[in-house]
Amino acid sequence: MLDKLNEIEKTALESLSSIRDQAALDAWRVANVGRSSPLMQVFAEFGKLSKEEKPVIGVAANRVKVALESALEEKTQAVKNAALAKSLEEEKLDVTLPGREIKVGRLHPSTQQLRHVLAILAEMGFQVYTSREVETDEYNFQLLNFPPHHPARDMQDTIYVEAGERGDNPIMLRTQTSPGQIRAMREYSARNPNNPPPIRIASPGMCFRHEQITARSEIQFNQVEGLAVGKNITFADLKGTIADFVRRMFGEGARLRFRASYFPFTEPSAEVDVECFVCGGKGCQVCKNSGWLEILGCGMVHPNVLQNGGYDPKVYSGFAWGMGPERQLMLRNKINDIRYFWGNDTRFLEQF
Amino acid sequence: MKLPISWLKDFIDLDGLTVEDIARKLTLAGLEVDEILYAGLEMPVYKDGEKHEFKTNGLAWDKEKIVVAEIREVKAHPNADKLTLLDLFDGKQEQMVLTGAPNIFHLKGTGRLEKPIKVAYAKEGSTLYDGHAEGLQLMTLKRAKIRGVDSYSMVCSEKELGITDESDGIILLDDDAPVGMPLADYIGDAVLDISILPNMARNANVIGIARELAALTGRTLKQPQIELKTSGESVESSVAIEISNPELNPRFVLGLIRNVEIKPSPYQIQRRLKLAGVRAINNIVDATNYAMIELGEPLHAFDYDILKQRAGKKKIKIITRAAKDGEKLTTLDGVERKLTSMNVLVCDEKGSLSLAGVMGGSESEVYDASKEVLDAKGIEPKDGEMTQGKITSRGRSTVNVLLEGAAWNFINIRRTAKQHNLPSEASFRFSRGVHPALAETGVMRGLQYMAAWANGVVAPGLVDAYPLKPKDSVVEVTPKDVKRLLGIDLTAEEVSALLQKLEFKTEITKSGLRVTAPAHRMDIDEGMVGLADVLEEVARSYGFDNIPTTAIADALPPQVGNPVHEWEEHLRNLLVAAGLQEVVTYRMTSPERESRVTKHDEYVRIANPIAPERSVLRRSLLSSVLEVAEKNARAESVAMFEVGPIFEPVKNDLPNEPRRLAIVMTGARIVSAWDVKDSPRFDFFDLKGRIELLLAGLRFTDIVYAETVSQPHLHPGKSAEVKVNGQVVGVFGELHPLAKEKYEFGEAPVIVAEFNLEKLRGANPSYGITPVSEFPPIYEDIALILDESVAASTVEALIRQTGGKTVTDVRLFDVYRDEKIGAGKKSLAYSLTYQAEKTLTDAEAAAIRNKIVKRLENALGAKLRS
Repeated sequence: MLDKLNEIEKTALESLSSIRDQAALDAWRVANVGRSSPLMQVFAEFGKLSKEEKPVIGVAANRVKVALESALEEKTQAVKNAALAKSLEEEKLDVTLPGREIKVGRLHPSTQQLRHVLAILAEMGFQVYTSREVETDEYNFQLLNFPPHHPARDMQDTIYVEAGERGDNPIMLRTQTSPGQIRAMREYSARNPNNPPPIRIASPGMCFRHEQITARSEIQFNQVEGLAVGKNITFADLKGTIADFVRRMFGEGARLRFRASYFPFTEPSAEVDVECFVCGGKGCQVCKNSGWLEILGCGMVHPNVLQNGGYDPKVYSGFAWGMGPERQLMLRNKINDIRYFWGNDTRFLEQF
Repeated sequence: MKLPISWLKDFIDLDGLTVEDIARKLTLAGLEVDEILYAGLEMPVYKDGEKHEFKTNGLAWDKEKIVVAEIREVKAHPNADKLTLLDLFDGKQEQMVLTGAPNIFHLKGTGRLEKPIKVAYAKEGSTLYDGHAEGLQLMTLKRAKIRGVDSYSMVCSEKELGITDESDGIILLDDDAPVGMPLADYIGDAVLDISILPNMARNANVIGIARELAALTGRTLKQPQIELKTSGESVESSVAIEISNPELNPRFVLGLIRNVEIKPSPYQIQRRLKLAGVRAINNIVDATNYAMIELGEPLHAFDYDILKQRAGKKKIKIITRAAKDGEKLTTLDGVERKLTSMNVLVCDEKGSLSLAGVMGGSESEVYDASKEVLDAKGIEPKDGEMTQGKITSRGRSTVNVLLEGAAWNFINIRRTAKQHNLPSEASFRFSRGVHPALAETGVMRGLQYMAAWANGVVAPGLVDAYPLKPKDSVVEVTPKDVKRLLGIDLTAEEVSALLQKLEFKTEITKSGLRVTAPAHRMDIDEGMVGLADVLEEVARSYGFDNIPTTAIADALPPQVGNPVHEWEEHLRNLLVAAGLQEVVTYRMTSPERESRVTKHDEYVRIANPIAPERSVLRRSLLSSVLEVAEKNARAESVAMFEVGPIFEPVKNDLPNEPRRLAIVMTGARIVSAWDVKDSPRFDFFDLKGRIELLLAGLRFTDIVYAETVSQPHLHPGKSAEVKVNGQVVGVFGELHPLAKEKYEFGEAPVIVAEFNLEKLRGANPSYGITPVSEFPPIYEDIALILDESVAASTVEALIRQTGGKTVTDVRLFDVYRDEKIGAGKKSLAYSLTYQAEKTLTDAEAAAIRNKIVKRLENALGAKLRS
């Protein structure tokens, strides 16, 4: 009987060693440790054994059973591991295949830049003031100290609107955001004409010029204008405010310089150059090797403009500045064709 | 304005300053230098990409190799008729030089020249521009055999030296040119191209720039020395002036010079004029131009004898007046011009002579009989060139010249120059304002040059009609003003010193300073404006860079924000979150372009359109976005929006500019990838889902979508209007097949929406949330068979109404039709969520469900589908 048990064990373990998959393993389990397996037969016939045989055979049979079961467990784990390894191997991806594109919405680059500029200005206390796009000559020019036939008008080719005979006050598309200065000042000063409140606004919006549409010139473009009016606002304050803005816009190290210039609605006026942020002032194509980029125009609000806005120039003073978000984007991103902006080709827009 | 540095040096000592230093100082003070053009002077060489502050062009002349030389004899070339061989002395040795220059050809074979001709001589190895190439091509002189004769050097034309693009003849230097001197030392130059802003018009001349530079560097301005030797009868005895309207013509000055000999000006003068961008004509015309560029006063020279002839036995009388409408004048460019009362004329008693301040008349212009062949445009022919054209033959050249210097109303000149399209050096200056004080100085300077270059004799005195003398502006300035507006602490004496550098007269008073503007300035006003004008000069003179930077000390105004702007930005964020790309389009379009989706009779029309397709301001934002979508139609998927104004005309007034939102979607719902193919296309419900997201984000809850047939551009069965709080705020749907046909879209449907943002913004949002319950929900599906005509929204509304607040969600998850259900019927399957502030039992949910089903049966004839 002991021989038989040894034989059962030997045969079973031998057949187990060649098994590679779960199905064969299940079959083996039925054949070798199942109810009708030879080993279980030994247990079934246990009662028939003699009193002497019982303990010896009992111990031996149990030992074989434990051996087979533990071998089975070990084998089961091995088969499982092998199967997992195989399937992992089979599931291997080409990780260099491209990711699936996510179709997301985006803001137009001009809006993105406007937000950037306006966010900085808001932190500096300049709040958004929006104004109309179609204007009268009075607001776009005359109240801003451009009298009719003034040479400064040559600097801005104007698109006019058909509106009947209006003499010296035709209707036009605004050439600049500056008419908003007058509208804001009048709105504010009307609140308390004897002691108008101080103003700090940022006025964004589309402006228009009579130009050919080319890589370098457009008929419409955004401007952002800043205006501060109050008592004792000085040219030094203008310089300080612009310096703050430039630091936040172009980085702490950005050097800047003020060049005397001319705008009819400010005096003194200046153009501000920032050290080229593309090359750090070393000279590159963007700054045409000059090391400087012209980024905004500014000046002290002209006394006539203050007066026209309801602010007494003997008591009040102020400054204003204007800049172009599209120009900033072009410089920063080396865009050499301004037509991209209103062309709205999604291949351009999706790069922002 | 183009300014040769050599000319500037006549009025200011520039020792120790490089050309770049000068350009930088001017640029920072408001006289922006756009370009530096070298014509001989040593020039900084920049490597590719190396930083250089100014755009720099031109040519430096090698001092060893390019020198002044003299031609001693012009000999024939043994093998070429058109070439000559020159015996030339370069200061060190004799050279044999080959040339084809036409302007010395006539001296061929005339033997040893009595008076040697001074020329610019370039030795072997010199770098020059190629005189025969198109444009500017650098070349190096190399030894070669030309028709058997050794050639290694050349006499230069202006083009070869980079002075002008003239290459037909060689430069003939003045007789006193020092042979052997490096040419760069003799006439080497650099030209600053300066932008003159309107407030800097006073500086559109050499002395103006010199004055600025003197103030900026603390150097002394050398005032021009004007001394005239006069003889003969006085001008006054020969001419009288009558000004009919002093507002138009505040001053008119005449001088007279007799017995001039018309010939070319000295080469130094011609060269400076050419570098300044003015053609050299003859010594008389050149003198007027030279004095103008130098001092800023445009001058006009009349042929005195023509005027005398016209006056007959009477004394010449010059009359200035406004032209009569329709009056005609032939200007010296040969064009007969029809005039209006805006134009001002200089006349004599016989009629008009010139268009004041803009262009002279042809009859009385200075005449050079040696160049009697003019082409049709009045341009003199090049040497040796015969031109088809009119032949003027007035007989002899001008001998006596009457010289005009005047002051004109700048607006009239500006409008006249524009009207007749006659931009000129004179009208450029007059149309920006020239101070009347300059008229006298200008005439004297002109006479001085004519006497020097044409050997004339100046008549004593001037005739000076000066009916409207401008008042010198006087401005009171206090140190307090300087502090209040510029933010710098300066004493009255310091302010005074800064202003005196710019020739202001100053007087210290008790309160501060009384400042009188100098005579050349018309841009300084009085009162508050005058104060700003003067403070600008203080700031420039002090240097913008020296003014400190400070933070605003004045009170910060109350921060109020801009709710409308912020709301629109929030709207943009929601649209972007919904996967839509923002676009920004042109405001200008045409009715034809918009007619593809909309029709309007009234537009805001552009009076001077850029192009016919941009003749009006848009009335439809959707039309603009559709055009962009069409342009992008080759993209697999287009989903875009714009937020912006449209323009509604108001008769004889500013238009309304209401704000709109337009959305266009077409193409694939999901972007294809290497394993994603055949994506479904955007349809009505893709857009509706986004609108739902948008309106939820704007915190609206009372939203109704209703069928609409009022939109001709939309598919009648696939369009809806959106009501918020009972008011229609927008419409959306699929583009009507007939509208779509007008565009070049693909097969996919085009889904569009347009919202009125005033109405949308005007609707009250309802804030608040639905609490999130802690108790378990019960989910249940019901499928209902209904008539086709029953709207899904009606079913959902009834379910919600009947279910009450326990039914927290109703979601349509299937719409199904087939024969078993029956014709004209559909099945709608809803997933209901029951939830309460306690744990619901199945029985409680079933009770509600039964109530709902009964209600739907009764109200809509619905049948529960089992």
